[in-house]
Amino acid sequence: MTLVEESPVHAVRKRSAAPGAGRRGRRQENLAGYLFMSPWIAGFLLLTAGPMIASLYYAFTSYNLFTPPKWVGLDNFTTMFQDPRWQKSVEVTLKYVVVATPLKLLLALGVAMLLAQRRRGQALYRAAFYLPSLIGASVSVGFVWRALFSDDAVVDRTQKIFGIDAGGWIGNPDYVLYALVALSIWQFGAPMVIFLAGLKQVPRELYEAAEMDGAGPVRRFWNITLPMLSPVLFFNVLLESIHAFQVFGSAYVVSDTRCGPADATLVYTCYLYQKGFKESQMGFASAMAWTLVVAVALVTAVLFWSQKKWVHYEEAAK
Amino acid sequence: MSGTTSASASASAVARPANGRRRIGSVAWHVGALLVLAVVLYPVVWVLGASFKPSEDIVASLDLLPAKPVWTNFSGLADGISDISIGSFFGNSLMYAGLAVVGVVMSSSLTAYAFAKIRFAGRNLLFTLMIGTLLLPYHVLLIPQYVLFRHLGYIDTLVPLVAGKFLAVEAFFVFLMVQFMRGLPRELDEAAKLDGCGHLRTYWSIVLPLSRPAVITSAIFTFINAWNDFMGPLIYLNTPSKYTVSLGLMMFRDQEGISDYGSMIAMSLVALVPVVAFFMAFQRYLIDGMATSGLK
Repeated sequence: MTLVEESPVHAVRKRSAAPGAGRRGRRQENLAGYLFMSPWIAGFLLLTAGPMIASLYYAFTSYNLFTPPKWVGLDNFTTMFQDPRWQKSVEVTLKYVVVATPLKLLLALGVAMLLAQRRRGQALYRAAFYLPSLIGASVSVGFVWRALFSDDAVVDRTQKIFGIDAGGWIGNPDYVLYALVALSIWQFGAPMVIFLAGLKQVPRELYEAAEMDGAGPVRRFWNITLPMLSPVLFFNVLLESIHAFQVFGSAYVVSDTRCGPADATLVYTCYLYQKGFKESQMGFASAMAWTLVVAVALVTAVLFWSQKKWVHYEEAAK
Repeated sequence: MSGTTSASASASAVARPANGRRRIGSVAWHVGALLVLAVVLYPVVWVLGASFKPSEDIVASLDLLPAKPVWTNFSGLADGISDISIGSFFGNSLMYAGLAVVGVVMSSSLTAYAFAKIRFAGRNLLFTLMIGTLLLPYHVLLIPQYVLFRHLGYIDTLVPLVAGKFLAVEAFFVFLMVQFMRGLPRELDEAAKLDGCGHLRTYWSIVLPLSRPAVITSAIFTFINAWNDFMGPLIYLNTPSKYTVSLGLMMFRDQEGISDYGSMIAMSLVALVPVVAFFMAFQRYLIDGMATSGLK
């Protein structure tokens, strides 16, 4: 308010025409809108929409970058569905998504509820817990993980106390994927921050009323916290699972660069990278990419469809 | 935002139970929080300690901090790797991240201004498209973009890595800025319009300066993402002298002789420093930016 009054431009009032006058004004607004949007529009056409169409076309061709793409119909898809390594990569990715996402969100929600009871140091804890989300994707942390989960390092020695003799997880095909899961869970801070913001918006009166009616902490969680938080939970589930489908760097850096041993961490993107950029099978890789897009779209659609049943949107409140 | 009111409300809620019970609750809270803190910070403290240990102790010794700190890992860094100096990796990363920040701030704020402040035909449709790209797996773009940039002769340059940043491809930041600009009082730009300011003036002298928090948040996230980026450089950069820090680290790993192991860990630590420094300086912006993304 005060800003307007002190604004120097305010004094020089040149035009008193009403804003957006008539058709000419509207046309000018359209022009201005598209001019401001032009970088995004160019980016959308050149780097998103165009490439999407191109890769849909490549998916039906045999293409090695050096000779022009050759139409092969559904060949890429039939070879892909029968390819044992592709099947393995689907299995590894699904396992990763299904294990890592719920555990990460559960921890995020739990810690957010802990932090939501404001006590001294809350802001400091919140900041510290968020740090892994910023550095977790770096090669540096990948190396640290590799070291912590190798033979005779801290994880190996801790599990020996409990009688587990798996050796370092990095070299063990049955365990190495869980080292990646652990790395994902370690980055629970980002969804935690979102949960925390959601928790702050739950009206206190609801809890007070419930307490007066004799509802214990468990009832209050199920009947107030969870429904009120469900839009935020939905957002986190959607984003985290979509991200988990696309994991690459940690598989490539933490396990060996071929996403092994024994393809144990051959996540979908890793196989796509190998096919496309190591073997120059651009057609096959594009078919893989489109299959993933369809799968992610299906997951998204199912989540959006299911939200009618469990996501509670507050309409009247505020 | 509504921190003060809910703080006092919760304070009165906490004050109700008997003092003793409150103390126990408080102790349990801190024990729980400290436990999580220990797990979260362990890898960070580990890398700090490990970079001052002799190579052969790094994995084998369980002590978090070295018995006798050594500097050899860091002095080993001065030799570089395969004739490439460490400074070259950092310079390349800095160039990449710097360009990315400039690109994202410019293009995203212009786009966000159009979405938030200009009423033009087709705005809602374009906005839906933009949000849709947030959910699109980037894999489907990976190969055709590579083919495109290869045709244009930009392989082994930074162009493919930053082109998208200058074209507002990072929908998350556009979204963040749109949300922020929508929250600015409408009277401001209406007054500017009455005074004869065009959209460019309004954008440049009113909306952009007032959007500083959203701009800072986007800039820092962009810097950190570019700094950490691994897949982009892996695909597009071929010459070691053009490698970023991520690829430089991988060069260390590929010749993982025991003698170099310490240097590799030391460089990992150094590579984390800019990110952690940004985080410490601007954590409020980052966390608030992250938090609002989920609330719409």
